[in-house]
Amino acid sequence: MENLIAIENLKKYFPIYGGVLKRKVAEVKAVDDVHLNIMRGECFGVVGESGCGKTTLGKTIIRLLNPNAGHIFYRVPKEIVEAIKYLERNDPKSKALKYLLKEYDIAYLTGRRLKKFRRYMQIVFQDPSTSLDPRMLVKDIVAEPLVSQGLAKGANVGKRVVEVLELVGLSRSHLYRYPHEFSGGQRQRIAVARAIITNPEFIVLDEPTSSVDVSVRAQLLNLFKELQKKLGLTYMFISHDLSVVECISDRVAVMYLGKIVELAETYDLYKNPLHPYAKALFASIPVPDPTRRREKAPLYGEVPSPVNPPAGCRFHPRCALAMDICKRDEPPLVDVGGGHLVACYAVTEKE
Amino acid sequence: MKLPERLEPTIKEIKFILKRFKDSPLSIAGILIVLAFVVIAVFAPLLAPPQVYNPYLIPSDPELGYKIEPSPPSPKHPFGTTRLQLDVYYGCIWGTRWAFQIALEVIIIVVIIGVALGVISGYYGGIIDEIIMRFTDIILAFPGLILSMCLVAVLTRSGWLTIDAVLLSIIIIGWPGYTRLIRGEVLRVKTEDYIEAARASGASDLRIMFRHILPNTIYSLIIVASLDFGGIVLTAAALSFLGLGAPAGFADWGRLIYDSMQFVAGGLKWWWVYTYPGVFIVLFVLGWSLLGDALRDVLDPLYRRK
Repeated sequence: MENLIAIENLKKYFPIYGGVLKRKVAEVKAVDDVHLNIMRGECFGVVGESGCGKTTLGKTIIRLLNPNAGHIFYRVPKEIVEAIKYLERNDPKSKALKYLLKEYDIAYLTGRRLKKFRRYMQIVFQDPSTSLDPRMLVKDIVAEPLVSQGLAKGANVGKRVVEVLELVGLSRSHLYRYPHEFSGGQRQRIAVARAIITNPEFIVLDEPTSSVDVSVRAQLLNLFKELQKKLGLTYMFISHDLSVVECISDRVAVMYLGKIVELAETYDLYKNPLHPYAKALFASIPVPDPTRRREKAPLYGEVPSPVNPPAGCRFHPRCALAMDICKRDEPPLVDVGGGHLVACYAVTEKE
Repeated sequence: MKLPERLEPTIKEIKFILKRFKDSPLSIAGILIVLAFVVIAVFAPLLAPPQVYNPYLIPSDPELGYKIEPSPPSPKHPFGTTRLQLDVYYGCIWGTRWAFQIALEVIIIVVIIGVALGVISGYYGGIIDEIIMRFTDIILAFPGLILSMCLVAVLTRSGWLTIDAVLLSIIIIGWPGYTRLIRGEVLRVKTEDYIEAARASGASDLRIMFRHILPNTIYSLIIVASLDFGGIVLTAAALSFLGLGAPAGFADWGRLIYDSMQFVAGGLKWWWVYTYPGVFIVLFVLGWSLLGDALRDVLDPLYRRK
C-alpha cells in the first residue's frame, strides 16, 4: 500500500506560564517524539487513556496546532523523505534542506499555503453540539470550507452542499435549519458533511462516536465505513473506546503519555498485545461471557504527569517487568515481525 | 418556491420572539412605554410646535409676564409653566427627542468603540490586550459621574459647547464597560470547538471574527445596550441637575428639574414644575429597563429553549 502520511519525530509541548512575570516555567509534553506512517485508504486507530496525547496528535497532524519539532510529510515521495533525513544528519544548516522542508513538510507551512492544504485534511470533532456554530444555518455550516477556501461560488456551493448532505444521509429539507433542531447523531452527520465537502483525502475522527448513544454509534460507524469506500478516504480514528476502534480500524496504535508504545494490525494487536501497558488495557475490555475467567493484569498507581515524565521508559514505574535498562533508556519502537511494532525492552530484548 | 424556504428560519425566529414577548406582561409594558416615547419623539413638532429657530429652546409665554414664579397648568399650558414662564409641556415633549438623541449618539459610538477594541483585545490577547485593558482600568478607577463632571467642567472651560461636552464625557465613561463585555464574550466564544472547526476549514481571522465570534456575542451586547439606554439619559439628566449640562431654557428633563429646585421649598404649591419632568425620566428609564429584561429573556441562550 502507498504511504499517505509519514510523521517523523513529531513533538508538541504546551508551555505552562507562572510567576509574576508570566515566564515559561514548564512544558506539558503532550506528544513526544512520535513516528508513524499512515497508508492510503486505511483506517488508522489511536487508543489510549484521556490525557495521553491522542487528540493533540490528531490536531497537530492537520496543523490545528503547531508542532514544536518534527516532520509531517503528506504524499511526499520516499526519495525526498530520505533526502531530507540524510541532509538533517549530515548538513543540518544547508539551504537545500531548508528549501525541501519549506516545499514538502506540512509542519512548516504557513499563510496561504497552509490554507490551500486545508482542503486535503479535515477533522470531525468529538461533540457536534459544540463544533457547529449555533448561530449558523446548516447550509452555511456545511458550505464554510468551500466558501472560505474559495473553491466554489454562487449556485455551485448550494448544489455541492445538497450533494454531501445526501451522502451523509441528510436531505435538502435540512438546509435551512439551525444545529439545535437536530438530534446528536444528525448533528454529527452535519459535521461529517462539512468535513467531506472539499473532497479531502485524510480525515481525523476525534472520538466522533463518544457523544452519542450506542444505536446511533453503530449507524455512524457504518456511515464512516461507507464513506471510506465511496470516497477513498483515509482515516485517523481516535478513541478511548477499544471495541469501536476494533470495529473500524485496520491498524491501531496504543499511546501512553505522549508516546506510541505499540502499533500493529488490529486483529494482531487485540489478540496478542505485547507491551505490558497494552496488555493491561486490552484485558480491561469486558467480555459478555460469565463462564470465562481471564488472566487479570491490573495496573497500579496513576499515570505520571506529562510535565515531568519518568526517565527511560515512561511506563517503568507501573510496569511489572521493569528492568534496569528501562529506567535509563527510552525503548525504541521495534518491529517484532509482521509490522507489529512495540517499544518495550522486556519484549524486544527477549526475542 | 425558493424564497419561502430561505425565509423559514427567520419567520420561525420572529414567531418565537413574539410568543416569548406575549407570555410576559412586563415585557409588553416595557415595549409599550418605549414605543410611546418613540411616538412622542417622532411627532414632537406636531405635539408642541416650535416657535423659534432652535426647537430645543423652550418658549416662554409673554402673556403671563416675566415673573419668576411658575404658573399652574391651564388649557394653554397643560403642564403649567416653570421659572420665567417656560412651558413645562413643551420641555417634556422636546426633552423626549433630546433624550433619544443623547442616548442614540452615545450608544452608537460606545458600541463601535467597544466592539472594535473588545474583539481585538479578546481575539489576539497578549500585549495588545494588556494595553487596552489597562486603559479601561484607568477609566474604571474613577467613579463615573464624578469623572464626567470633571470632564464637562474642563471641556466647557476650554470652549466646548456644554451639550457636546456632556456627550463626550458620557462616551468616555461608557466605553470601557462595553470593551470589557465584548472581550469577555470573545474569550468565551474563542475556545469553542466551532471556532477551531472554522480554522480547520481554512477560514481567515477576519472571517472567524465576523462570521463566528461577533454573531455569538452580539446578543449580550444588544441586551446590555438596551438596559443602558435609560442609564445614559439618567447620567445626562444628573449632569444637568448638577448645573453642568444643558443651558437654561433648554428642553432637557434634567435641566427642568434643576430649574425647579428652588420651588421645591414651596412644598406642593408648585408641584407641576418637578412632577412632570420627573415622571418622564422615571418612565423612560423604566421602559428601557423592562425592554432590556425582555430582550434578555428572548435572546440570552441561557434562558432560551434548547
